[in-house]
Amino acid sequence: MLSSQKINLAKVAAKAFITPLTVRTFASSAARSVNINLHKGSFESYNCDLPSLDVEISKEELVRMYRSMVTMRRMEMASDGLYKAKLIRGFCHLCTGQEAVAVGMETALTAEDKIITAYRCHGFTYMRGGSITSILAELLGRKAGISGGKGGSMHMFTPNFFGGNGIVGAQVPLGAGIAFAQKYLGHKAATFSLYGDGASNQGQVFEAYNMAKLWELPAVFVCENNRYGMGTAANRSSANTSYFKRGDYIPGLKVNGMDVLAVHQAVAYAKEWTVSGKGPLLLEMETYRYGGHSMSDPGTTYRTREEIQHMRSNNDPITGLKQRLLEFNIITEDEMKAIDKAARVEVDQAVEEAKASGEPDLSEFWTQIYQKDSGVPYVRGREPEEFHRY
Amino acid sequence: MSTTLLRSTRLGSSLSSISRTFLHQGAPVKHLHTSLKTHYAASNSPPPAEGFLPGVANSQLIKHTHHDALRNPELAGVANGETKKMNTFQAINDAMRIALATDDTACVFGEDVGFGGVFRCTMGLAEMFGRDRVFNTPLSEQGIAGFGIGMAAMGSTAIAEIQFADYIFPAFDQIVNEAAKYRYRSGGEFNVGSLCIRTPCGAVGHGGHYHSQHPEAYFAHTPGLKVVVPRSPIQAKGLLLASIRDRNPTIFMEPKILYRAAVEMVPVGDYELPLGKAEILTQGKDLTIVGWGAQLYVLENAIQLAQKKMPGLSVELIDLRSILPWDVETVCNSVNKTGRLLIAHEAPKTQGFAAEIASTVMERCFLRLEAPIQRLTSYDTPFPLVFEKFHVPDMIRCAEGIERAMKF
Repeated sequence: MLSSQKINLAKVAAKAFITPLTVRTFASSAARSVNINLHKGSFESYNCDLPSLDVEISKEELVRMYRSMVTMRRMEMASDGLYKAKLIRGFCHLCTGQEAVAVGMETALTAEDKIITAYRCHGFTYMRGGSITSILAELLGRKAGISGGKGGSMHMFTPNFFGGNGIVGAQVPLGAGIAFAQKYLGHKAATFSLYGDGASNQGQVFEAYNMAKLWELPAVFVCENNRYGMGTAANRSSANTSYFKRGDYIPGLKVNGMDVLAVHQAVAYAKEWTVSGKGPLLLEMETYRYGGHSMSDPGTTYRTREEIQHMRSNNDPITGLKQRLLEFNIITEDEMKAIDKAARVEVDQAVEEAKASGEPDLSEFWTQIYQKDSGVPYVRGREPEEFHRY
Repeated sequence: MSTTLLRSTRLGSSLSSISRTFLHQGAPVKHLHTSLKTHYAASNSPPPAEGFLPGVANSQLIKHTHHDALRNPELAGVANGETKKMNTFQAINDAMRIALATDDTACVFGEDVGFGGVFRCTMGLAEMFGRDRVFNTPLSEQGIAGFGIGMAAMGSTAIAEIQFADYIFPAFDQIVNEAAKYRYRSGGEFNVGSLCIRTPCGAVGHGGHYHSQHPEAYFAHTPGLKVVVPRSPIQAKGLLLASIRDRNPTIFMEPKILYRAAVEMVPVGDYELPLGKAEILTQGKDLTIVGWGAQLYVLENAIQLAQKKMPGLSVELIDLRSILPWDVETVCNSVNKTGRLLIAHEAPKTQGFAAEIASTVMERCFLRLEAPIQRLTSYDTPFPLVFEKFHVPDMIRCAEGIERAMKF
């Protein structure tokens, strides 16, 4: 690894673990961690043991989870507003409702683990170290964007997050490859390749399963099953909707993806499984998106408003965590409101910063097609004499 | 005005002589924009600065009236029939409806086609013909192509939809290695002639890397396939019916920006337009311009822009229509007449289809060429997000290309 990459990873690791929250005394007892019992239906397994329903987690971690989810939701809502104001154009796939998957995953992993997903990637980018300003600026197509404004909504990357991929299913074999490299280089880490219920029927996903199992790669394949592949319900696209069993020879685990602690527990279990040499594992996160597939989809033509409302009222990840925080006296209502407010302020500020950033320079149009100074001297322009040199 | 102009040009007099006539009458611009008034929605606006209104809606290539549409000799078969106002997706829908009605073995399938498709091309077909003939496939392009090839090998008519041309690459192996070569490698025992793959293609203003590509060049390199790109609703309906019924596997690329932008009076009857034949849209003697799909409207505006700088410029605009096989005769005859050629397309320059046309024309018309062949294409970069306007060959770049060809 280049030293610059190491520094970046260190920065990401630092950001993940040093909370900007100053040390505070909590309203409850002096104990630093709590034991929370997950609901019995949180997991279902296929050819493997169930993870423990008993979660021991620090109070700071819980508050961090809450803050992350709230900020992520605010960020997505801000993106929604910017899209409707026509400041964001093109495609924009929001993860409102699916926050628990990104947050629960990040808290169970280290910066050395890698994540790759498809186009619903804003939340993951944020959790993997992307600043809100850089994410919003990327959506707006500005210089301050995390990909320099050249990628847009579907193409956001951080040193340990491989995007952000537009072609459905294409990221899964890539994830297997990343896992292979990790094993080859002797890293004690895993790669989490995410895809949706729609993508699960792509041939290349099964090719990746086979390679991962054949070579016992530290690859965890995560199906984010939000029940609809764009407008098609899962049962109308898949002959077998038990996505966690689709790995056949790869064991699997179904997880309640609306509960951030269940996700956290399952991801920790999966990491331990793969890193200890047991080979790949499949996770199916049962989750739900409140919005449509993308900003051009109202999301109501293929499902009822009652269903969306039901999920929002009864299964919302943020509300669920909130109830836990209050039940275990981790923080008070007022402290929660303060966090909500701080998130709003942070996102609003990021919106302003992103809007203030300028568009990328036209010279960026010609850069990064090939490696600089690698023997591809020029790109051809309009005329025989017009060249753009690297 | 447009049809009178076209008729006169067809009868031999050039655009330049006609514009000279108007000059004598003292009001070419006024004449131009009075006719445009019938097409332009807000007729209280001031006359356009350039002297013409750009864009598809104001194009003179679009057949806005019943008589305009039926004047086309290629539509002789439906010349006594009715026409109906349709945009491109409605025309394509109509073509598929006719195909399904006249061919019992025909099926339409692809991602989300059941409810009408993401561009509404398949609206109402499932209701009319049943979900066993118009059905959704899972998210699997390679599967869709392979499945279509299998169906066609059994003699059924398979009309497959790939949701965006950018997604066609997982299916590339199936199309190039299976579909194109079936007849050849089986010595004629099997063929997949009844396969037609339809896919929306082309830049749309905000599509970015994966919703804007125009991949005809990749498929043009494959003998055994036919590749077709329509420019308007009337053309789309006729060419699609011809593609479906053609006895060779065909890829039908629909410029997605034209789905709503292009509205014409389309004959309601069953008609086909010939594959492998280009169409000369305007006759001229100074310069030949070849394009296809949505780029033709850009070229039309580029010609108008160039004619302001070079009054009397007479351009022969050709719509290639079929990329494979392409109408070598029509293009070469035209270049032999004019001596200058300009080709424009949205795909990147290196190995874009213009390279093929330029090579062939160079071979056939070398001594008649008065200027190097101009290729106006996108730059050799991945299709960008924010830089789209710079990437594609817009009317100004094309007008400059015209100037370069004329002033060599």
